[in-house]
Parts: sequence; structure tokens; C-alpha cells
Amino acid sequence: MSLRTGRTARAGQYAALLCYLVFLAFPFLWLISTAFKPARELGSLHPTWIPEDPTLENFRQAFDEQPLLRAAANSLTAAVCAALIAVVIATPMAYVMARHRGRLSTAATGWVVVSQAFPFVLVIIPLFLVLKYLHLINSLWGLILVYVVWSLPFALWMLAGYVRAVPPELEEAAAVDGAGKARILVSVTAPLLAPGIVATALFAFITAWNEFFFALVLLKTPEKQTLPVVLTHFLGAEGVADLGPLAAAAFLATLPSLVLFAIIQKRITGGLTAGAVKH
Amino acid sequence: MTLATAMTRSGRKPRQGGRGEGRRGGGAAWFLVLPALIPILILSVGPLLYGIVLAFTDAQSGRTRSPQWVGFLNFQDLLHDTLFWDSFRIGLLWAVGVTVPQFVLALGLALLLNANLRMRWLARALAIIPWAMPEVVVGIMWRLVYNPDAGILNETIRDLGLGDGRDWLTGLATALPAVILVGVWAGMPQTTVALLAGLQNTPHELHEAAALDGAGAWRRFRTVTWPAIRPVALAISALNFIWNFNSFALVYVLTSGGPGGRTRLPMLFAYEEAFRYGQFGYAAAMGCVMVAVVSVLLAVYLVGRLRGGEDA
Repeated sequence: MSLRTGRTARAGQYAALLCYLVFLAFPFLWLISTAFKPARELGSLHPTWIPEDPTLENFRQAFDEQPLLRAAANSLTAAVCAALIAVVIATPMAYVMARHRGRLSTAATGWVVVSQAFPFVLVIIPLFLVLKYLHLINSLWGLILVYVVWSLPFALWMLAGYVRAVPPELEEAAAVDGAGKARILVSVTAPLLAPGIVATALFAFITAWNEFFFALVLLKTPEKQTLPVVLTHFLGAEGVADLGPLAAAAFLATLPSLVLFAIIQKRITGGLTAGAVKH
Repeated sequence: MTLATAMTRSGRKPRQGGRGEGRRGGGAAWFLVLPALIPILILSVGPLLYGIVLAFTDAQSGRTRSPQWVGFLNFQDLLHDTLFWDSFRIGLLWAVGVTVPQFVLALGLALLLNANLRMRWLARALAIIPWAMPEVVVGIMWRLVYNPDAGILNETIRDLGLGDGRDWLTGLATALPAVILVGVWAGMPQTTVALLAGLQNTPHELHEAAALDGAGAWRRFRTVTWPAIRPVALAISALNFIWNFNSFALVYVLTSGGPGGRTRLPMLFAYEEAFRYGQFGYAAAMGCVMVAVVSVLLAVYLVGRLRGGEDA
């Protein structure tokens, strides 16, 4: 497509790109604009893009209305623990999926694919009963367990890709030098995988930070609830909402995943394209 | 919701691992797999099978006696449950309504991002935003946009002199299209990135050869670009359809299924049955029906993946 293109075609392309930019950006800009508007402006029948009298009042009010700090702490705990546990247990399995052929890795790959099609409702009811049996309802640990398993398919897939990128010749050379299997994994393979493991962990973190459905079902009391669940409390009954604090809280809840995503974005899209191009 | 990209990638080259070593998973392999395998069995495979069993019982929440086997009773009830079929129909409408425009828009964007344009870094950056946002925030954000008085949508409509605007999310006729638009917006990044990866895999020489032969843009797209990205396109569309059919958070936040059930997707319906009315067995049966529908599409997706492997 990067062939010499006519001037009109070029102009058309830029016009189309501009439409996309507007479409993609405007809801987000509106969220930010609403978050910084004083109540008086939000009540006006003719809203404007730029707040005439920008204020941080909505943020203060948001923290007053809902236990945002505790919710953020809960989300952080759940997401960090889930991400760490997920990469720790997924890395060895991903290694097997990438390096071995056999029933085990076929079954693992099959599970990764099939798990994408589960409607959560078929899983959540029995999961609810299992966790109830383990006394892990309304407990962050129960949620962490669910998040670990829930982020595994993608973690396995990403990590298996990173393992494949490590040339087996390196491991073979170390074996020739007399290193044992465990030694090779720890001192040859693991360091080369480190950036991939970090990217996978960050991705698992974002997934858990953003998750809503399991948290809604499994966490009953406000002290235990995570940020996405607490955000819905702003909506109140019958959809009547205090727009300013709602926008402020929603904006804050997005920042961590936006920042992390910006950091690993290149790895995700880059890894994607690298994988698509011939080795 | 992000596996499509990685999985379509694997669709391109599924057999590059192993490098023909052909080692079989021996004891060491089992040892390495065990830490992940146990939680998978207890919290994923187990519950899935248990869920299928529950669909044949009268399990309810809070009941002390153990559930009784009722055979196909739940499925018979489902067959006559008009509310369920309404939600099923809405689920299909929503899934098609989101997947198709999403694909068309994402393809357009991917083609633009693949062309040598000046602002494309900005578009790339922006296209990532919906992907990184929590679904709950996406829902809240669009409620602010759709807000009848203080929202930007109605204000823009008034400014353009197109009328007074309306209450999009609570209007019987407008609610479903309104949530579909949000679904399209929210899912565009993954689709775009997957298609872009496919595009960048297209041999450049083919384009030049086609151009030298005097093929126009449309002709080049049809004969060179499309065949190259077709496996990715098929796979991502099948996955998108499945994910959309099973989606929950976005519509839960936007409308909670209202007005009058016009946006009550199957997942919202099943959630209410299970956790508001406590009908575990019945909701599990719904889950089974949804799995059956989705399996058909999964088959389409898998065929697409295999094809992709042959092409690579």
C-alpha cells in the first residue's frame, strides 16, 4: 500500500485517518472534560468541550462518596498477586508447550483455545460452589485464584512465543558443555526470557485490574470489592448518577492500565508482527 | 479479550516450535507442567464439567439438600422460556451488529496504519486506548457521552441543527443500536492490530508486480491483500463473535439490560437467573446452550487457523 499514490488518494487517506482519530478520541476526551467540570457546568443544558472553570472538586467528592482508596488497594493486591503467581506457574508450562511435542502440550494448547469460548456463566456457577466449599467467597484470595487461572491462557500463549524465540542451539551448547537440565533452564533460558516474562506479568496485571464479572459475583461486602465493582456504585439506583465524581473516579481507575499498556504496547504489537514475519 | 492477536499470530506459523526435536513429554515435562495444571483442573476444567452436570439438576442457591437429577427438564423449560429466546435473539443481533462493522472499520484503519501516513503514530496510540480501559470505565464513559442533557452527543446534534437529540440508552428503539456502537468502539483495537499484523506479512513485491501490471487499488486489494489476510480475518471475526455473544460488563454498565429487556444479552439474563433468583441448574442449562452455539463458531475459527498454517 505504500506505493506511489495519487494526490487525491492521499488526501482521502488523511481525511479517513482524521475521522478515525476523532471517533477513537472523543469519548475519552469527554470523560476527561467531565471529570474537571464544576457541578454548575455539568447542570448546564449546553455542555462545552473545555471546562470554563476547571476544578478538582469532583475528585475530592469521589473519594468522599465511595471507598476508592480501599477499592484501589484491593484491586492492586488482586492484580499483583494474580500476575506474579500466573507467570511463576505459567513459565515452566509454556516452556513445555514450546519445546516438547506430545499429548501433554497438545492438550495444553487445546485448553488454551477452548477456554476462549467458555461463556463465563457456565464456569462461574460451579466455580462459585467450589470456592464456597473452600470458604473463599468474599475473599480476595478466592478472586486471585480465579484471576490466575483466567489469565493463564494468554500468559501461556505469550510465554510460549517468547520461548520459541530462544534458539534451542543455545541450550544444546550448554548441554554439550556439561550443564544439567535445571542449570540450563535457570542460567541460559530464564535470563533470555526475562523481558517476555515481565511483559506477560504486566499484561496479566492489566487484565486482573480491569476485570469485572468475577469480582461482581464473588465479592459481597464493600470492604472487599475491587475498583470496577465500586465504580458501578456511583451509578446508583435507576441510573441516576452524580456525573462529576463518576467521571473523576472512572478516569483515575483507568490511569494505571493505560500507563502500563503504553509501556508494553510495543511488545504486544511488536511481538505480534515479529511472529507473523518469517523467522 | 486479547488472545485473538496472539492466536491469530500462531495461526500464521503454528509449527515453528520444537524444531523437529520431537521429544516426548517425559517426567521432566510433567514436573514443569504440574504447578499450572493443578489450578487449571480445579478451577477451570473441573468447574466446566461440573457446570454441564448442574444443567441436569435442580440446583438452587441456599438450598441445603443436595441437588436432584432432573434430566432434560431445564432444557425443556428453556425451550418454552420466551424471555430466554428474546435474549438469545438480542445476543445474536448484538454479536453480528458489533462484529461486522467492527471488522470493516478495523480493516480500514489497519490499511491506513499500514500506509505511509504522517499522523499514524497518533492513530496507533489512540487505537490502543479502548483496549487498555476497563470495560466498566468504557461503559461509564459512553453513558457520559449519551447523557441526554449533559452529554456531548446530544449537544453536537443540537449544534448541527439536527433536532433536539434524545435519551439514547433508554429509548426502546435506540438502546440496542446505542450499545452496539459502544461495542464496536471498544473492540476495534484488537481487530485492527491483528489485521495490521496480517497486512505486514503481505509480500511487498506482490503489490509492486500487481501495480506494474496496471492493477488499480481495489484490484490489488482483492487479488493480493485480501488473500494474504483472509486466515487472520476469519479467525479474528469468529473469536470476536464468540466474545461479543458472551459479553457482559459493557452492557451491564450501560443499560443493565433495559429498557424493557431490549438489551438483555444472554449473559445478563443468565446472571440474573443464577445470582438474583438463585436458579443455578437453570442458568447452567443456558450456559450449555450458549456453549453449543459458540462451538460451531469455534470450529469455524479452528478451520481458519489450520488454513492459515497451510498458507504460511
